[in-house]
Amino acid sequence: MAGKRRQGDGLAASTAAGGAAPRAAAAAWDFAPAPESRDIVAIAGEYGLFTNGEFGPAADGRQFPTINPATEETLARVALAGQADVDRAVTAARAAYEQVWGPMSGAERAKYLYRIARILQERAREFAVLESLDNGKPIKESRDVDVPLAAAHFFYHAGWADKLEYAGLGQAPRPLGVAGQVIPWNFPLLMAAWKLAPALAAGNTCVLKPAETTPLTALLLAEVCQQAGLPPGVVNVLTGAGAAGAALVSHPGVDKIAFTGSTEVGKEISRAIAGTGKRLTLELGGKAANVVFDDAPVDQAVEGIVNGIFFNQGHVCCAGSRLLVQESVADTVVERLKERLATLRLGDPLDKNTDIGAINSREQLDKISELSAVGDAEGAQRWSPPCRLPEKGYWFPPTVFTGVSQSYRIAREEIFGPVLSVLTFRTPEEAVAKANNTPYGLSAGVWTEKGSRILWMAQRLRAGVVWANTYNRFDPASPFGGYRESGFGREGGRHGLAAYLDA
Amino acid sequence: MAIEQAPQAIADRPWLSGVATSDAALRQVLHGLPGVDQVGAEARAASLATRSIKRDAKLWALGTAITMIDLTTLEGADTPGKVRAMCAKALRPDPGDPAVPPVAAVCVYPDLVATARAALGGAAVAVASVATAFPSGRASLAVKLADVRDAVNNGADEVDMVIDRGAFLAGHYGQVYEEVRAVREACGTAHLKVILETGELATLDNVARASWLAMLAGADFIKTSTGKVSPASTPPVALVMLGAVRDYSQATGRRVGVKVAGGIRTAKDAIRYLVLVRETAGPEWLSPALFRIGASSLLNDLLMQRSKQLTGHYAGPDYFTLD
Repeated sequence: MAGKRRQGDGLAASTAAGGAAPRAAAAAWDFAPAPESRDIVAIAGEYGLFTNGEFGPAADGRQFPTINPATEETLARVALAGQADVDRAVTAARAAYEQVWGPMSGAERAKYLYRIARILQERAREFAVLESLDNGKPIKESRDVDVPLAAAHFFYHAGWADKLEYAGLGQAPRPLGVAGQVIPWNFPLLMAAWKLAPALAAGNTCVLKPAETTPLTALLLAEVCQQAGLPPGVVNVLTGAGAAGAALVSHPGVDKIAFTGSTEVGKEISRAIAGTGKRLTLELGGKAANVVFDDAPVDQAVEGIVNGIFFNQGHVCCAGSRLLVQESVADTVVERLKERLATLRLGDPLDKNTDIGAINSREQLDKISELSAVGDAEGAQRWSPPCRLPEKGYWFPPTVFTGVSQSYRIAREEIFGPVLSVLTFRTPEEAVAKANNTPYGLSAGVWTEKGSRILWMAQRLRAGVVWANTYNRFDPASPFGGYRESGFGREGGRHGLAAYLDA
Repeated sequence: MAIEQAPQAIADRPWLSGVATSDAALRQVLHGLPGVDQVGAEARAASLATRSIKRDAKLWALGTAITMIDLTTLEGADTPGKVRAMCAKALRPDPGDPAVPPVAAVCVYPDLVATARAALGGAAVAVASVATAFPSGRASLAVKLADVRDAVNNGADEVDMVIDRGAFLAGHYGQVYEEVRAVREACGTAHLKVILETGELATLDNVARASWLAMLAGADFIKTSTGKVSPASTPPVALVMLGAVRDYSQATGRRVGVKVAGGIRTAKDAIRYLVLVRETAGPEWLSPALFRIGASSLLNDLLMQRSKQLTGHYAGPDYFTLD
């Protein structure tokens, strides 16, 4: 038997393994559906506004539906806040501020925030499933990113509530009063946490207006506030449309406005409150450059590119929507990227193996499609991996445009979808120039093995957040925000507290 | 002296042929590979670990994993009796269920190869032998080659060699290359797995470089660990090695296999590795011809999980044999 090669590859044997012969089965080893159960969350037929510690209908009784963008089914009917409801909420927040929350010690405020954080973690699965149903994002993301980060923001800011004198903002910084906060649909729960946690820690009371298409997790968070025994009026949640947001922003009883959303609306708000003395922070859009140098760790850079633009279906203000790749390695990187994109799984957001979920609304899907058509017309080359789109719901396959120049609209305008524009550069100086050549300035990514180059780039990139050999990494201790048309002010960390204190 | 491609290679890329085997020349090739970002690789491996494999996909994975096992005993206390018992298990992992396929191979020390061969008879389970002064690799080349010939002459179908990690870490890439080449020759028709001992290489960059060095020198398989050093196989290490075999295959047309070994005890771990294989190297590697798991106690956990999938309930450990 010496020297006789025996493959031992079990070709014959594995046919009995409970599956087909290896090669056919390997090609067919598609992960079976692995749906997270919806049963964990009880969705009511209708929801009211949360004002002064209680849920109740809008003054005029109006409602609007919220749907599941993966199936187009109506999930619930939700109260539509009008001017009278905004008045009521602001009044409740003012009373709570003056009588309860304002006079309360930081240590006491902290206890409520810790309790909210704990309950959020205990009900994590419920929140994750509800978020995926209402928003369309994969359960893998809402479970592993959105909910844990939201809880982390409450934990982190609970720790600040009794230590404000160490924030570098004076010996006894005072809160501003009532904060009006308007948040977008891309990270409904997380954005609520980013707004509420620092405001409450600093001693303000809040009136929160969630986005029209994603009210449900904010309402569940309101329920958690009740469960935590938060005094009535400290947090109020007004579900509604743009009009409710506008009414809130211009209400004279509000001392501070925090807005996250489109640059267009941010400018409107800025104009609306000019001269009123209201404090304002804006976190707006972006068209971030993800810069890949010739010495980048290629496989990890490709992961970073994918994460940068396809995480959350590209509905991210800081998305790496422009790939700036050094020309000498552009072909290799794009080829690797396309191979990697072929393994992305698009489909049911509640399936634990889904990587790409649904687009949040018909409206957003139309915008993405429209701008992609512009990209075609401008002469860029469009590519998507083969993708079976479900029949119902709003879907867009991950898309890459190559041959893009700075002067193309798809290199300048925020698409807010799973669409990547690929541009090239020759030298580090050119990379900086192209990366900064945008009215936005929220974030950027740098991929290189050379540490000195990371530092060099970070000093020169005009972006509020620079990620080195990574992307989309968030932490409540790390201040987040942008330059120029991406807004002003920071959220998170010591810097983020400044927005909510009179210093 | 230029690199000649290993027998199965299709040498069509100029940068791989004609490269001298001096330390300096090999350094240029190996250090010219793209770097590996540790944080990124760990994140990717962790993300792939969240894949949820259920029902028929799980059943297929469990059955396939069984066929990929190199059932291993590498102890000073190994006796012919121990080896015979393990071979019986290798042939028929579950006496209660003849549908369970045999494993891919058994793995033993060279002086027990003949015993294993006799115990397995003509069955389609290979005999793999460790060699080259396993596990440390600390002996002269002459001694290491004698070790290999001994194993092959006694009937080993596969040889699991160790690279000289001391030479690698000292930058003597030429020496490592030549040793792998010499062992490959001494193997004859037996196929060669090259153990990198990734725990001692420490960095993922070193893992990538050692992988390429082994493949360029003619490895049929690259293997993570001896199982005698901790850490042994980890998902990020496997990720890097699977990326290396994928890239090498694209560059040369030759497919090299990957074997993970050391510390893989549960079916859950095994399935996670299969997911890594599928999503990194690709589904072509999901076969015992290109992916192996060196393990001992893993087999019973696979059997237990498989039985649970088929019958709907867990049987206790007494229902699975210890050999």
